[in-house]
Amino acid sequence: MKASEQWLREWVDPAASGAELAAQLTMAGLEVDRIEPAAPAFEQVVVGRVMELIPHPQADRLRVATVDVGGAEPLQIVCGAPNVSVGLCAPTALIGAVLPGGLAIKKSKLRGIESRGMLCSARELGLAETSEGLLPLPPDSRPGQNLRELLALDDVVIEIELTPNRGDCLGMEGIAREVAVLNRCEFRALPAAAVEPVLDATFPVALLDPADCPRYVGRVIRGVDPAAETPLWMKERLRRAGLRSLGPLVDVTNYVMLELGQPMHAFDLNRLTGGIEVRRARPGERLELLNGAVVEPDGETLLIADGRGPLALAGIMGGEISSCTDATRDVFLESAFFTPASIAGRARRHGLQTDASHRFERGVDPQLQRRAAERATRLLLDIAGGQPGPIVEAVAPECLPAESAIRLRPERIRLLLGLDIPVAEVEDILRRLGMAVAVEVDHWVVVPPSSRFDIRLEVDLIEEIARVHGYERLPGNRPLTRLEMPPQPERQVALARFKEVLVQRGFQEAITYSFVDPAFQAALDPARQPLTLANPISADLAAMRTSLWPGLLKALIHNQKRQQPRVRLFEHGLTFVPARDGLRQEPYLGGVLTGAALPEQWGLPNRAADFFDLKGDVEALLALTGEPEAFAFVAAVHPALHPGQCARIERAGARVGWLGALHPRVARELDIEGDAFVFELALVGLQVARVPIFCELSRFPVSRRDIAIIVDEAVAAQAVQDCIRRYGGELLRNVLLFDVYRGLGISKGQKSLAFGLILQDFSRNLTDSVVEETISGIIVGLAEQFGATLRI
Amino acid sequence: MDALSELLQTAQAAIAGAGDLATLDQARVLYLGKKGALTERLKALGRLPPEERRQAGQAINEAKQALETALAARRAELEATVLEVRLAGEAVDVTLPGRGQRSGGHHPVTRTLARIEALFARIGFAIVEGPEVEDDFHNFEALNIPAHHPARAMHDTFYFDAHTLLRTHTSPVQIRVMERRNPPVRVIAPGRVYRCDSDVTHSPMFHQVEGLLVDEGVSFADLKGVLDDFLRQFFERDLAVRFRPSYFPFTEPSAEVDIQCVICGGGGCRVCKHSGWLEVLGCGMVHPAVFEQIGIDAERYTGYAFGMGVERLTMLRYGVNDLRLFFDNDLRFLRQFQ
Repeated sequence: MKASEQWLREWVDPAASGAELAAQLTMAGLEVDRIEPAAPAFEQVVVGRVMELIPHPQADRLRVATVDVGGAEPLQIVCGAPNVSVGLCAPTALIGAVLPGGLAIKKSKLRGIESRGMLCSARELGLAETSEGLLPLPPDSRPGQNLRELLALDDVVIEIELTPNRGDCLGMEGIAREVAVLNRCEFRALPAAAVEPVLDATFPVALLDPADCPRYVGRVIRGVDPAAETPLWMKERLRRAGLRSLGPLVDVTNYVMLELGQPMHAFDLNRLTGGIEVRRARPGERLELLNGAVVEPDGETLLIADGRGPLALAGIMGGEISSCTDATRDVFLESAFFTPASIAGRARRHGLQTDASHRFERGVDPQLQRRAAERATRLLLDIAGGQPGPIVEAVAPECLPAESAIRLRPERIRLLLGLDIPVAEVEDILRRLGMAVAVEVDHWVVVPPSSRFDIRLEVDLIEEIARVHGYERLPGNRPLTRLEMPPQPERQVALARFKEVLVQRGFQEAITYSFVDPAFQAALDPARQPLTLANPISADLAAMRTSLWPGLLKALIHNQKRQQPRVRLFEHGLTFVPARDGLRQEPYLGGVLTGAALPEQWGLPNRAADFFDLKGDVEALLALTGEPEAFAFVAAVHPALHPGQCARIERAGARVGWLGALHPRVARELDIEGDAFVFELALVGLQVARVPIFCELSRFPVSRRDIAIIVDEAVAAQAVQDCIRRYGGELLRNVLLFDVYRGLGISKGQKSLAFGLILQDFSRNLTDSVVEETISGIIVGLAEQFGATLRI
Repeated sequence: MDALSELLQTAQAAIAGAGDLATLDQARVLYLGKKGALTERLKALGRLPPEERRQAGQAINEAKQALETALAARRAELEATVLEVRLAGEAVDVTLPGRGQRSGGHHPVTRTLARIEALFARIGFAIVEGPEVEDDFHNFEALNIPAHHPARAMHDTFYFDAHTLLRTHTSPVQIRVMERRNPPVRVIAPGRVYRCDSDVTHSPMFHQVEGLLVDEGVSFADLKGVLDDFLRQFFERDLAVRFRPSYFPFTEPSAEVDIQCVICGGGGCRVCKHSGWLEVLGCGMVHPAVFEQIGIDAERYTGYAFGMGVERLTMLRYGVNDLRLFFDNDLRFLRQFQ
């Protein structure tokens, strides 16, 4: 809502300056977004009247005007505007004037003819975005009068960003009331006199849907002057509020809307048939709106119709068929109350957002309609003449919002605000806000004015009291509370620890959108159908991720394209997997890695990272559970991963994640350079930790024996290790795989695995014979299970 | 000069002249070894007449001791020299970079979240989470935002169908928490939220932290006190903080909280639109209609709720000037927050 300070001060004129006023409003909950001058700075622009006009001898488009600017000598000014005519009054920039945009007016020659000033358009003065020709001023303007004075341009426009509850301030009257309350000063109401009808003419109105429209006030006015002009002051006020002048009939309804907050509509009476019906749209009905759009309203849309059909989308926009034109003489004025519920959302449905719908959605004072109709009549008669008929009011009182009588208890004020506000101040604030306050034994009964329909509950009143008293004056307390020790579950690894491990191992945390490119999603998780947004921001952000990889790989590509060959990223967040029992939203931890194993450095030979680099990182994560041995990496197949470098990660037999090299085909599809490796772990499975249990330390020395065995390529190291442990029995404390060898001395299709076996007993020193016995047992076991032979 | 003195002198010269430990050891063997010159003389003592033996023996022993002392001293000298040479050879350029992996870093949003969580955890707020794909009831209805409420228009919601959406704020977590447990409730709920809006100053996904405290006797003054403290501790500055009346359907009274601009110190700049103030938080006392939805007795309990934008706080804290940087995940940006 844009409020001219000048206009505001006609209602209420506190000592506070414009800037102070704006600060007051902001601190009272009417947030001032900006304050702008009503017109840009310019001086030396006066009213000029064109006395004579002759063609320019050298140029067809230019004319030479003799302009009376109030001085002794008229000025000769060359002018190119199409609407320049003898007798026209227009803004005239004198020599020495500087116009907005920096144009300095000097004595000059235009195509050989001297010009001593400039006749101006609204655009040239910064009063409009566009304009056609000179800004016409009233014919009775006094030549020489300063234009700023004539148009009262030394004003500021206070732009207020209203919260949806303050529909009452979508009119100047509401804002003025606030200012009066905040400054404890007098509020000058508009003259409220009714306009006496001079005709009997009426037009019937029927409320067919009174729940949506419980009040409709109408009035016939005949014989308005179609040639009448909207007065300059009204045009200026409309302009400052951001509205264009469209002729007196529309201007008056808009003006009353700005003034009182009541949207109105003027129909051309002679284009109406039968009577007005306020009703829901019927199947198949169509309506051409004032903006040229044709709509087919659904059965939830409220219409203004007549005997022939739809005339307007109620509370949103008028229709073409019944609109006023340049020739309209007889009008029917509408001033109605449509309930917020009947308008809310309807305008958006038709892609519309109008000043009227904006107000009705938030709520209009249900008692305002007659007063607005009287005010509009008065203004219209003053501007364009005409004879009014009597006001016709159709009303369904049972459907009007009920007046609320609210119980307000002093102890609730104290409890909610943490402050005792004196009784006298409470009553004073409420009364200044226009509320009726009745004092009972231990509480008040408060009835808010009909314009403050947002106030329904005791807390609403308490907010009003706090607001006017000043939030700044409310105390702030440090919390006093019962201390309660929260649980500290040791069987749960905090997410932060996992993240910290990855950070220490060179990973940078990423945060990517939860909605991803459906193509990425399909390439990386083709088996699952993702949840898709009905209204994505763009087609490539439409699928809810079922994996963290699409986002991470997109971030990887972003970095590769910016000369970052070595990328290690991880992310934590929800994935969204549709399942038969509903959507699963589960937290995952995932990572991607590409480029060199180590950052480029002087002391180590560098090599490309591979599967086992990332596996090392994953193992470091698993170790945080305190039982890394509970996890297994099982060779598996995943559509996005390299078939020979892909592991399913299991914990006690259940899948908790994946690790692998990105499939080269997928990498090419997604335009990823080089080999990339990825992992993903379900946090639910990962976060469960083992609480350590102490094991007695042995006082006896350990014995180590190293063995190398030869097995088929297909035998998994993990299986061999498990077998060693099984045959090693209790004496085997630890198994260390320290070499994997293929080549000279080993047949093709086989490999050599070298293990360090660490043995120890709790009760005695191990003798060589006991050690040898255990080792042979292991070797026999390996031979039996894998056909393994000892490498000599 | 007798022969022993001569021998001693020669031996001492040999020890002193030994340039390294091997030469020194040769000298030792030559004079003190099993067949060394001095050893031989000791062995020959027996052949002397008994009356000479004692004196001669004493003289030889003295010479032996002198030689041993000289040998030890020379060895120590030579060893020190050897160590010195070794150490000199082992000197490194300590300015060369260290070896191995370089550590990565957390996302700046995580960094801010961790600070916020730590501050509130200290005063007893538990950290809770909720789903991001939400239903209309928790995101809107239960928060006193019925269908077609004008406040919905400000939310630019992403929908899946008529009832399922991406949460537009972390406020639904309030409802989920109160559905599960009875007052007293004291939680913060950090997380991702989504709005169907994308331009220079809007991201379709961003982060909020919601706070909720419900108990007997909770007042707006308590809310003011907590947020005042939080903002000063978060920015580690004695900032001016102001509470301004505002409107949220799920709180009453409601407030927006501004801090004195951290960029210009309140003098007015582009970031604060020359007002000297920055809006950083929305808050208020839990609306009775919200309590009613969940079945909490609004006469007995009162509470406050607040919500803050994490990216905004991060931008202000670290001077980040473009919201979009947070989700590009450009390493050159991320590495600045290690």
